Amino acid sequence: MKMFTLAASAAILAWGSAAQAQQTLSMWYHGAGNEVESKIINQIIADFNASQADWKVELQSFPQAAYNDSVVAGALAGNLPDILDVDGPVMPNWAWAGYMQPLQIDEAKIEAFLPGPKGYWDGKLYSIGLWDAAVALVTRQAYLDELGLRTPTLEQPWTKDEFMAALDAAKASGKFEYAFDPGMAWTGEWYPYAFSPFLQSFGGDIVDRTTYKTAEGALNGDAAMAFGEWWQGLFKNGYAPATQDPADRDGGFAAGKYAFSWNGNWAALNTLKAFPDTVFLPSPDFGNGPKIGAASWQFGISASSKYPEGASAFIEFALQDKYLADFSNGIGLIPATKTAAAMTENYKDGGPMAVFFGLTEAQALVRPVTPGYVVQAKVFEKALADIANGADVASTLDAATDEINADIEKNGGYGH
Amino acid sequence: MASKFTVSNRTGWLMAGPAVLLIAGFVILPFFLAFAFSFTNQRLISPNPTEFVGMSNYRQLLGVTMVTLEPVRDDAGAVVMKDGAPEYPSLRALTRNNPDRPELAGMREWFSFSLGGEDRTYVLARDVVFMKAIVNTFIFVLIVAPVQAALALGLALLINQRLRGINVFRAIYFMPVVVSIVVVSLLWRLIYDGQSGLLNNLLGAISFGMIEPVNWLGNPSTALGSIIAMSIWQAVGFHMVIWLSGLQTISPTLYEAAAIEGASKWQVFRYITWPGLRNTAILILIVITMQAFGLFAQIDVMTNGGPLDSTQTIVFQAIERGYGKQDISGGSAISVILFVIVLSISLIQRWLTREKT
Repeated sequence: MKMFTLAASAAILAWGSAAQAQQTLSMWYHGAGNEVESKIINQIIADFNASQADWKVELQSFPQAAYNDSVVAGALAGNLPDILDVDGPVMPNWAWAGYMQPLQIDEAKIEAFLPGPKGYWDGKLYSIGLWDAAVALVTRQAYLDELGLRTPTLEQPWTKDEFMAALDAAKASGKFEYAFDPGMAWTGEWYPYAFSPFLQSFGGDIVDRTTYKTAEGALNGDAAMAFGEWWQGLFKNGYAPATQDPADRDGGFAAGKYAFSWNGNWAALNTLKAFPDTVFLPSPDFGNGPKIGAASWQFGISASSKYPEGASAFIEFALQDKYLADFSNGIGLIPATKTAAAMTENYKDGGPMAVFFGLTEAQALVRPVTPGYVVQAKVFEKALADIANGADVASTLDAATDEINADIEKNGGYGH
Repeated sequence: MASKFTVSNRTGWLMAGPAVLLIAGFVILPFFLAFAFSFTNQRLISPNPTEFVGMSNYRQLLGVTMVTLEPVRDDAGAVVMKDGAPEYPSLRALTRNNPDRPELAGMREWFSFSLGGEDRTYVLARDVVFMKAIVNTFIFVLIVAPVQAALALGLALLINQRLRGINVFRAIYFMPVVVSIVVVSLLWRLIYDGQSGLLNNLLGAISFGMIEPVNWLGNPSTALGSIIAMSIWQAVGFHMVIWLSGLQTISPTLYEAAAIEGASKWQVFRYITWPGLRNTAILILIVITMQAFGLFAQIDVMTNGGPLDSTQTIVFQAIERGYGKQDISGGSAISVILFVIVLSISLIQRWLTREKT
């Protein structure tokens, strides 16, 4: 009996000291189902676990479509992991709700990062991404030559009139099913991510960013009305399809159905494969400067984590240029630093997608940094779909403004 | 002495126990929670404390008012015409930042009508989307309940025969019921595709290209009808089986007697089959009505409530608000409203189909 007690306590002691030697950190990631992505993230974790003896990261992957719901459910059940990844515009919502805590990493390490991947809320860094994403006006050099169009540059993007003239020329040529493919089939976050920069370039916004307390004047002011009329005109005048088959979104440009496609860097490799003369043009300037969306998936630490220093150590470890380059080479994302970009196939100087790095640097604007964005994105998406389908512009934007304001009020101003 | 209820039924309670617990935990408790939440400002995720807000969620959802406007007149007093119709003052000026009518703030036009004369009456709702959701849900129920019940009865009569291979037909008609509604909706989205969908190809082929392709789900005037047709097809097999079980409880002697009397087929149906199906009919009507009010998966997969709110439904709005927009209190209020609607309709149906003495 005594022997047994001794053995048992020895075992417990051994287990205790082992636990002290290496603490397990749980981590959730949104990339389940993507083999390349899983391989890269697993490699980073294996490297980190081997590089030191204090922490051991264990990964659990979720499909992207179910990820946000899983985090919210996990948080309501008090069951969040130590490290989680978060879509940039959603981060303020989770930080405000108390799901996340600020990162404890040396800010000098992220000095060289693009602004999009840095997730600040309330003046503190809550999340950091290894990459960004960018959107460009995709077309072919052959189309530009044939239609006699000037090639826009970052310094001199197309104006609204030039852009509409280009669409007119494409429409008049009769060679295309539609002149412009904004990507209406991609419902969900694509709408605010890809289309709110148009509104911002017109001079409006989803919410008034000076206070974040109201959308009045931003989403239903004169600039927003002008944007709404322009947006409706795209569909009413036959430049773009208001409803689109998802298959056409994925393969329509490669099949020659559209002259211009508004699409992201993640689709660029396939387009280049279809047409080697594909060019990625900067967003047109609708009067208030050319804009595209910024911020993609980023890493953060849950508020309930007992080991934020370990979680921070892992995130800091992942921020190495070689991993940034791995993700970029693997799944086509824009690396967050220039030095990492130089290490990649596609984003190094002269690389086929280097233009996207320039686009993010020059035009990127993050979506409204507010916990209310989650709701505002949905309201904006519905308003844009309704306007595209012919709803009255003023009354639709008014209704969206009222809904956003009511939501901000219901949430006591979202802590702004 | 223990009562019969507690002793003899001990086994019964044991058997019912798991189901009772599950229903209590996942249906009854959430219902009372929803009822309580609907009077608060409860959010899905928020650091703010929950506050009691009284009826405000219901007022926000159900607020409706009417304004009658006179047409715009020029200096001479003549009605200003625009596109061949009299022009009316802008509602926007009336409802936005208008200190004279603060009670109209945030209201939007739902629909308008004219009772003769020049004045036009506008019905304004505080939540136009929810009003449209209620109307769409009622249209759905009013069409689906009778059509689906009648089609199911027709199919049941067809397969209630002693023929070789009749089980094959029974299986075929029942098959859509077994397939998940999400899968069925995804397939029908392909069938209804506006450009190269199966339905458009079929219509084009049988009309030799006379019928232009229709964007079934992308057009506000066809979207709800398309979902109604698909929903009727999907669940008709289930109700066919219930009708079939009803048909098979009717005693064959009655049919033999009718045959001896020389009754026509219609007389047999009218005086033997239909009266024998009375209770089945009540059951089917109530079940279809309740299921139809719960319309959600088809909308979520096929249209998301669009285009232009033509396929918004009550349950879709409840979930869209509760989870999508993190507004648990608003979603709860919608659920309570739906509960009241379904309960009153069921009570009316019970009363209409009561045993008359």
